[in-house]
Amino acid sequence: MSIQPDMPPAEAGAEFDLILEAGRAEKNYWHDLWRYRELFIILALRDISVRYKQTVIGIAWALIQPFLTMVIMTIIFNKVAGLHSVGSAPYAIMVFAAMLPWMFFSSALSSTSQSMVGNANLISKVYFPRLIIPASAVVTSFADFLISFLILIGLMIWYQVVPSWHILTLPLFIGIAFLAALGPGLLITALNVKYRDFRYIIPFIIQFGTYASPVGFSSSVIREKFGEKIFILYSLNPMVGVIDGFRWAILGDNSPIYLPGFVLSLVIVGLFLVIGISYFRKTEKSFVDII
Amino acid sequence: MSNQSVISVENLGKVYRINHQAERQRYVALRDVIAEKFQGLFRSRRPQLDKFSSAEDFWALKDVSFDVKQGEVTGIIGRNGAGKSTLLKILSRITEPTEGRVRIKGRVASLLEVGTGFHPELTGRENTYLNGAILGMSRAEIRKKFDEIVAFAGIEQFLDTPVKRYSSGMYVRLAFAVAAHLEPEILIVDEVLAVGDVEFQKKCMGKMQDVSTKEGRTVLFVSHNMSAISRLCSSAIILNKGNKAYDGTTNQGIQKYLAQFSEISQPATWIDIASCPRQGGRTNVYFHSAAYLGPSGESHSLPVSGKELLFKLRISSDIKRSVSSLSVMIYSPSFQKLLNADSLLLAQAVLLEKGLNEVHVKIHQLHLKPGRYPIGLWLANPTEIFELIESAFEIEVINEDNRQTPEIPNDGVMACDFNIYQPILT
Repeated sequence: MSIQPDMPPAEAGAEFDLILEAGRAEKNYWHDLWRYRELFIILALRDISVRYKQTVIGIAWALIQPFLTMVIMTIIFNKVAGLHSVGSAPYAIMVFAAMLPWMFFSSALSSTSQSMVGNANLISKVYFPRLIIPASAVVTSFADFLISFLILIGLMIWYQVVPSWHILTLPLFIGIAFLAALGPGLLITALNVKYRDFRYIIPFIIQFGTYASPVGFSSSVIREKFGEKIFILYSLNPMVGVIDGFRWAILGDNSPIYLPGFVLSLVIVGLFLVIGISYFRKTEKSFVDII
Repeated sequence: MSNQSVISVENLGKVYRINHQAERQRYVALRDVIAEKFQGLFRSRRPQLDKFSSAEDFWALKDVSFDVKQGEVTGIIGRNGAGKSTLLKILSRITEPTEGRVRIKGRVASLLEVGTGFHPELTGRENTYLNGAILGMSRAEIRKKFDEIVAFAGIEQFLDTPVKRYSSGMYVRLAFAVAAHLEPEILIVDEVLAVGDVEFQKKCMGKMQDVSTKEGRTVLFVSHNMSAISRLCSSAIILNKGNKAYDGTTNQGIQKYLAQFSEISQPATWIDIASCPRQGGRTNVYFHSAAYLGPSGESHSLPVSGKELLFKLRISSDIKRSVSSLSVMIYSPSFQKLLNADSLLLAQAVLLEKGLNEVHVKIHQLHLKPGRYPIGLWLANPTEIFELIESAFEIEVINEDNRQTPEIPNDGVMACDFNIYQPILT
């Protein structure tokens, strides 16, 4: 399928518009991606509107899951393990500020990894830049992410926490969270087309990551207990930087950012993004032949 | 319509690697790759023979070149596995060629399937927008044509019902309606006409004819259905095992294509047709072999113009079943259906036992002139088509006086009893 909406009708005597050759598709890639933006939007809307069809409580699932997880984490880490949040921030809000990006990351990872295989029929019958499929899967998870912000607002009202000016930087951190999910998402999408092993690896990564990332506790706990060197190593997990960023934006000075660690996390996010996109583009042309 | 080439294909080739080991599972498991790499470590000094023994290159297309001019309707024919689908996939940018190149001028839309991307949970309205976007229409374009699409499909009152509640007929109608309202300059159509009921197929054919003749679009059309090809296409390309075997007029192309597997078969001998190409592939019930016999009492057994002709058909069935429509069709050399001796016309069902069955079809008077005629076979129930073989074998009809008359061009194919006299006018 290669209808080209932006192209004027071909005039007699004009040059050929489209040349297909081995390795040729590279050249118009980003231009093509822009041309197919409507398909991208429609696919994302499809996934969002289908997500909670034929469920009894519908969109409430996007609220219940993170809320209950937050409750259990607060009980375990705060009440049972006796960890404390830094400064005066309520533990529940501190946990939830981390739950937001973490849940987004994990749901984006699991839905992108399945997206290409789930749309196998589409990609074997129609042409469009394949990047659209995992990207729209990330957008779908992003919708859930925005919905669960309602819980955060509710919690802030309940605990009467007034956000500082830091909250204005939140969109920036949301953007980072988006990119942090997209990079590994693309990599895993491409890998999963060829090696279906990733179907089994993903749930493990997510489960592992829930405890390995500072979701239920403050990252300063790690820094205090193991020292700065270990913390730098810890920041190789890109979600450490993303979560710290979220906490800093939501809780203000109660949760200071440790800059070297944050920068390292950003570098890792960027690295994953570059690897993800380049590996995806390198392999996407053969998707249809192996899916 | 100009003589401008809008599709130019040069030395196109596509190779697939067939991995014999991986035949049972369709994808590679990481485990195997890791194991292979490890084995490679220990075996790296040895010749890499066994690495290649498991994989084999298969050229689905090789050195194919052709041009399609603006406004031309070109049929692409070939047996299963001849490379038709691969060609369409390359032209519609789904997969990349391994070698050669294709140049295309104008907007291309390809319709390799009706209803691609339909989501069962979404309503008819939502699916129309979704499918339109997938086929390359902009939202504004779909909005403009929305009413037309809905009217064509005839689903007005079900617009806001999820399509999973649609009957299969409604589903296909809506899907085709969206596709039919595409307005590309070049349309690539795979065998989409082979779905749906007879009514729907007729509607598709009509729409296809409109697109090609009235609107002057360039169309590439793949089908196994020779009569559809001969009705729609002005030129034809035959693919055979990935190579281009023919490129020229439709009529010649069809004759050449059919000649590949139907030679004149000897009368009064069993002709193996179990491996004939057929539409949709062989099912549980299929024509196994056939024989034909001219009028009895003649030593040559050839069909004779004006006399009786007997077809003996052996049909294999997996279970005991009753089939309502069994027919023998005789085609003209240019592939017009001349006659259809169908059990449906006699309101007579055919009862098939498990295993091989023999059924005879006897034509009492064969009103055909001397010549060669392809024979088609058909087997179906109202809801299911078991077999459609458009050219199972060819017969040669001779004159009653035993020898062929000199051929007169364009003298028709039908024979009739007639005499010529001059009335005496008073």
